[in-house]
Amino acid sequence: MSGAMKIRARMKDGITDVAVLMMHPMETGQRKDPRTGQTIPAHFIQKVTAAVNEKQVLVAQWGAAVSKNPLLGFRVEGATAGDKLVITWEDNLGEKSRAEATIA
Amino acid sequence: MNKLRRLLLKSGGASGAVAIVLAAGLLRPSQVFALERNINAFESKSVADVLKLLGAADAAASQDIMIKAPEMADNGMVVPIEVTSRIPGATSITLLAEKNPFPLVAHTEFSGGAAAYLNTRIKLSQSSPITVVVTAGDRKYVASTEVKVTIGGCGG
Repeated sequence: MSGAMKIRARMKDGITDVAVLMMHPMETGQRKDPRTGQTIPAHFIQKVTAAVNEKQVLVAQWGAAVSKNPLLGFRVEGATAGDKLVITWEDNLGEKSRAEATIA
Repeated sequence: MNKLRRLLLKSGGASGAVAIVLAAGLLRPSQVFALERNINAFESKSVADVLKLLGAADAAASQDIMIKAPEMADNGMVVPIEVTSRIPGATSITLLAEKNPFPLVAHTEFSGGAAAYLNTRIKLSQSSPITVVVTAGDRKYVASTEVKVTIGGCGG
């Protein structure tokens, strides 16, 4: 279910616009299952990193209030078309994901 | 037994090294934040405490932080937030939803050519001020906007 990412990275006028969509439930640990009344355990991405050609450009620490299937949009100056972008995330249960894209 | 001891010694040594580096003033606590999660700040229920833990208790209000957020959000589960900082040398953007059970939403650090810009979507449990803290060098800046929510994002 979780793990997949969609990445769009386009350069225009020297600025690369990056949008990452991560597939993740982002459970807060505060919701109750309406059928059983049981609290649904917290399950959310805690750390996200981004690197261009192996140079880190972004580190984010998240709480559970980032929406389900999170969107992360950011901008990088000085990157060029063909550069390799790597995104990683790690959640509170220790699950990890990594995805690559080429800047277009 | 022996393995555990090695591990403890190792981890002790590592955190000790961080303490020494900190003491030497080589790394400011704000720079350490992204490397090691500020668990206290994320688990704090009070906005004042979060700001204190971020070192932003007396942050200066800034007109150079632009927050783009809807005035009215029908659905508190998905509220788009876009932040742009025009403060020179800005290296981090922190998002707080003041009325959420846990106000600290996200802390993002930029380096290596990344602009102090962030576009994301967050959950709001109810209508709330959205507060943004920006770090530039040793200084913290703050700006705020209000989002009204019709259906909250924490129920169900």
